[in-house]
Amino acid sequence: MRVAFLGATKGMGRALARLSAERRDRICLLGRNEVDLERSAADLSVRGADGLVRCFSCDLEQVDTFASAIGSAREALGGLDAVVVSAGIFATQEELEADPVLAERLVRVNFSNTVMFCEAAKKVLLDEGGGTLCVFSSVAGERGRKPVIIYGAAKAGLTRYLEGLDHKHRADGLRVITVKPGFVKTSMTAGLSPPPFAGEPDAVAARVLSAIDRGAPVVYAPAPWRYIMAIIRAMPRAIMRRVEF
Amino acid sequence: MGEPPLSTISGWGRHSAQGRERVGEDLERISANVSLSRGLGRSYGDASLPSPDAPDVLNTTYADRILRFDEDTGLFRAESGFALSELNRLFMPRGWFTPVSPGTKFVTLGGMVAADVHGKNQHCDGNFGDHVTSLKMRVADGRVLECSPEQHSDLFKATIGGMGLTGHILEVEFGLQSIPSQWIWQESRRIHDIDEFQESLESAAPNWPYTMGWIDGLARGSRTGRGTLMCGRWADPEQAPPKPPKTRFRPRLRFDWPSWILNRATIRIFNELYYRKQWRRVSCGIVSHESFYYPLDAIRSWNRMYGRRGFTQYQCVLPREAGRSSARRVLEVLTARGGASFLCVIKDFGREGRGVLSFPRPGITLALDIAVRDDTQDLVDSLNEQVLQEGGRVYLAKDSFTRREHFEAMEGARLAEFNAIRDRWDPNRRFRSALSVRLLGD
Repeated sequence: MRVAFLGATKGMGRALARLSAERRDRICLLGRNEVDLERSAADLSVRGADGLVRCFSCDLEQVDTFASAIGSAREALGGLDAVVVSAGIFATQEELEADPVLAERLVRVNFSNTVMFCEAAKKVLLDEGGGTLCVFSSVAGERGRKPVIIYGAAKAGLTRYLEGLDHKHRADGLRVITVKPGFVKTSMTAGLSPPPFAGEPDAVAARVLSAIDRGAPVVYAPAPWRYIMAIIRAMPRAIMRRVEF
Repeated sequence: MGEPPLSTISGWGRHSAQGRERVGEDLERISANVSLSRGLGRSYGDASLPSPDAPDVLNTTYADRILRFDEDTGLFRAESGFALSELNRLFMPRGWFTPVSPGTKFVTLGGMVAADVHGKNQHCDGNFGDHVTSLKMRVADGRVLECSPEQHSDLFKATIGGMGLTGHILEVEFGLQSIPSQWIWQESRRIHDIDEFQESLESAAPNWPYTMGWIDGLARGSRTGRGTLMCGRWADPEQAPPKPPKTRFRPRLRFDWPSWILNRATIRIFNELYYRKQWRRVSCGIVSHESFYYPLDAIRSWNRMYGRRGFTQYQCVLPREAGRSSARRVLEVLTARGGASFLCVIKDFGREGRGVLSFPRPGITLALDIAVRDDTQDLVDSLNEQVLQEGGRVYLAKDSFTRREHFEAMEGARLAEFNAIRDRWDPNRRFRSALSVRLLGD
């Protein structure tokens, strides 16, 4: 598989890129910190990535970097089979309420700019005759919940966009995969107390890779979150107003 | 946002302190203004716990990238939170292994350097630190620099075995060792008493790269120190099974056992059975490296077996000059005080480490797992007094009960050298831990 990762220097993206490297995929890394990208590239090379792991500058805050980064990746890999997006920002509801600038930035990066990146990736993949676009959304987008109102809203928008994209382009050979992680123990969630069924990045990565291989349109990880979210989606508003999750 | 509240941070022996773990992938950025690093928390005592006046600890485990590997020479470099378990998983199938492995694979490279860990091959290959070629560190004045035997050699020597008190270890470079298979040819031998043990370890040393012994810590009198000697070497590809060892399911202890479960009677039954298991004088065969190196890793959170109060491991080294009967004298202190050690390990050391405070020195080492009870402090005091008489010392990675005066008496000149290097690199003692407060007074 020839795959470009945006956001693979940390967390779940890092774990997924490692699994991909261990099965000898050809990999390109996109991101904004070049030193950090090079370190991850070295890691993936030693772990088995096929050929040189090239890095290209791409910043989710700067829409004009998207097309050229994806184009460079396609060129470096001699084609493109998959694009994986796991970059994004996280902040707690309290932080976002206290800091409107941060809130605006989070909604822009996690929703509109991620959508624009996917639009650019979609074009290239369709041009290649199809492929896989795998994007990390969140279970936070499944229901309006008190601790993740703004973050969840951005992710809800992203989830809907990805759903529509899948409906429109599946027949063209473009498989869009929406990853909905529950609570996963990464540096992003450090400091929050983990709920039951909190997952490890490696286990999430294994589920996501298998979803990519099967072309499954939606993947919850860890697995129990599919059922947890089904229950939360079914809860009446009267209850949602009272509970704190 | 205010600082997050303090939470309980524990060592492997369940010894704990209040602190805050700082986590992140970029150690260089988040290590500024933090006075201690910790990895997977496998040191038994308080080495990885913060001092009360500086509760922030850097957790290195997210910094786990491999930065370089040379297929020709085996030279390997990674961020300090990279775990030995991951090294084994990735590199053993390619025919490479760490030159020195402790008794658990759930340790980080940074921790292996800070404790200057040793393993079953100490008598021929020395400690982990002997194979380290370079370290990237953040030191007290804020600089990030490289140190090695050639560059800032004093800092390098003090950092190996320095329990994290010289600075944050950010990256570790060392040489991997090539191995012929992932299997071990093991020979086990029944041993009747402590004197026979020391003789057998000595005579096995030239012939076997890996040796260690299990001792029945409750046997007394003429049977003091009976047990099983285990020797091993890597199996040749012709001897080894064609497939690599399977990864086994590892059950996890989900709760703390009540502390009465491990008592003299149950330990006696276990020890009797374990001793009888080696019913032949000598037996040999092929075993997986996991069961040879990491028998305790088979059960996750096995430390919960000791209950809520936890346990300590008393590990000391007795120098060759103390003579053959020194190990017997130390074991007799344990049995005379009625101390019951569930797990008791003996091993010979071949050489001194390269770190200023490295634990090993030529002689014999004993490691005794002891459940924490009301009298544990007295027991450790008595053991330390005996070890002092023998001219020995204790292993800081396991310790949580040694008193400062005992430690100073054991370490004397070495401690002075360590502190002199700290005076040069960290005069204001920015780097400190619960252990440094207890043993160094800062």
